[in-house]
Amino acid sequence: MGENGFNFMPAWPELFLAVGGMLLLMIGVFRGPKGREAAATWSPAHAINARSVTWLAIGLLVITAFIVSGQPIERSVIFAGMFVSDAFSIFAKLLILLGSALTLILAIDYNEREQMARFEYAVLILFATVGMMAMVSANDLISLYLGLELQSLSLYVVAAFRRDSLQSTEAGLKYFVLGALSSGMLLYGASLVYGFAGTTSFPGLAAIVADQAAEAPLGLIFGLVFVSAGLAFKVAAAPFHMWTPDVYEGSPTPVTAFFSVAPKIAATALFVRVMIEPFGALGDQWWQIIWVISILSMGLGAFAAINQTNIKRLMAYSSIGHIGYALVGLVSGDETGVRGVLTYVAIYLFMNVATFAVILCMRRQGKSVERIDDLSGLATTQPLLAAALAICMFSMSGIPPLAGFFGKLYVFLPAIAAGYYGLAVIGVLTSVVSAFYYLRVVKIMYFDEPAPAFDQPIGTAMCIVLAGTSLFTLLFFVYPAPLLGAAAVAAAALFAG
Amino acid sequence: MGTDGDVMEGHLSMLREYLPILLFLGIATGLSAIMVIASLIVARQHPDSEKLSAYECGFEAFEDARHKFDVRFYLVAILFIIFDLEVAFLFPWAVTLGEIGLFGFWSMVVFLGVLTIGFAYEWRKGALEWE
Repeated sequence: MGENGFNFMPAWPELFLAVGGMLLLMIGVFRGPKGREAAATWSPAHAINARSVTWLAIGLLVITAFIVSGQPIERSVIFAGMFVSDAFSIFAKLLILLGSALTLILAIDYNEREQMARFEYAVLILFATVGMMAMVSANDLISLYLGLELQSLSLYVVAAFRRDSLQSTEAGLKYFVLGALSSGMLLYGASLVYGFAGTTSFPGLAAIVADQAAEAPLGLIFGLVFVSAGLAFKVAAAPFHMWTPDVYEGSPTPVTAFFSVAPKIAATALFVRVMIEPFGALGDQWWQIIWVISILSMGLGAFAAINQTNIKRLMAYSSIGHIGYALVGLVSGDETGVRGVLTYVAIYLFMNVATFAVILCMRRQGKSVERIDDLSGLATTQPLLAAALAICMFSMSGIPPLAGFFGKLYVFLPAIAAGYYGLAVIGVLTSVVSAFYYLRVVKIMYFDEPAPAFDQPIGTAMCIVLAGTSLFTLLFFVYPAPLLGAAAVAAAALFAG
Repeated sequence: MGTDGDVMEGHLSMLREYLPILLFLGIATGLSAIMVIASLIVARQHPDSEKLSAYECGFEAFEDARHKFDVRFYLVAILFIIFDLEVAFLFPWAVTLGEIGLFGFWSMVVFLGVLTIGFAYEWRKGALEWE
């Protein structure tokens, strides 16, 4: 990068996706039905338009993933220190793009059947994805907030995407109000950090924090607490989880599927970067916060899910629990711990997409059903679907040799190595408790009286996604080296500087 | 003793810099008081209930908050705010254009381009049609 030259290369994937998203917005609005009447009422013309725009959006996400994977893994900082591209951000971006693309595929048929297919859905997902990519590449508190808000604003709208449904609009409003609250806490913390450190840039903060690690000013620690509370809101970790069950249940199911993977991975990656890069030297201060958050999330995920009858609500509590397990890796705060977090969220992505693919197939006589009891006897009516869900449930409860077991293994091992025995023991215990409700789903599918079969066929694209993700979950143990290796390189990038 | 005096002197000179603000506050309070009192004394007063009620952008000031209103007012207001802010960005840009050069110029063009895309979208969607 020359003195006066502007180097855009590291941000090329974001720029490409942002311009592509705006182009799709124009394509959608100029090809689709026009005027106020068309905006107010749904017609099949919307579905045709939405389908082509959604496939174009999936194409854009795939091309962006290729651009990201072609980026050099060396650390490069641009935009006056605001934006960083390194192995860590590349790894997180690939997961985010994969999550967005897979959940977009799942949404196509569902949105059409529910008569809510509009092309804005795909465009909003694209903009949210740009925001998430900017988040994981943030190298400054200000660019962090910019990415976070671009993501959140798009998510509030998609949560309320079925705008004639009371539940969906309620989910959107709740998400908006609580999201604004958490953004406020994050900003308050960021302002305190700036006030006591005099800089918002991550490397600058890291230098100052390392300089005064022994007697850091109280205001700085106060700011750090608020920043981590704001981030805990975004990853939906207890005790900042209250919005999750309602938003997950109220949002249309494809939106829930999207919420539970891409934004979660982005926020977790951001959480890890903020804790390790600028505040790494304050590890003695923040590990206690993450420790408490992690235990509360694991406990809540295990115990609150037991009584649920709605499968989407169950998945909401399950996702809170999974964030608790992922944060165990962050508590250890070293390279192997961060590798564990990245491996965990990667495996979680596949398990969750497969589970939501099955949930999206739960429909009788053209109507979606969401109760866990609706799955009863699925093994006799649709054995393949039942097998896929059973794989996911076994994997989520952490039973070897499925992928979920390895996810837990790689976060608990560093915790034990770093001496957090209590945390590891509590993690294993809550894992046993949560196995109860995961296995109950399996029991309902395999041993209960069969309910009427679900509607078929489920669609080719859906079949491919479901088969791919559940086979990954099943066969991860055969060849885990590529994922583990990539996660190790990504984690190392965070500790290099 | 001497250092205390210096500190005192420092405080005073700091406060002296704020003297214009104090003067401004005094004049502003005095002038607005004169205007209110003069209009009370000099002008002819014919009060009625409509005139005495608070002006609230066309809404009744005190009534049930759960009141139906046309959402189009808010749509127009939101669209207005976007272009209002755009102008707020354009003024400082126009003033400093000589210093920020070609990069500054094209940054603003990109920003305006993004806004134009949003504008084209709302226009095609019919958000600008009143009936």
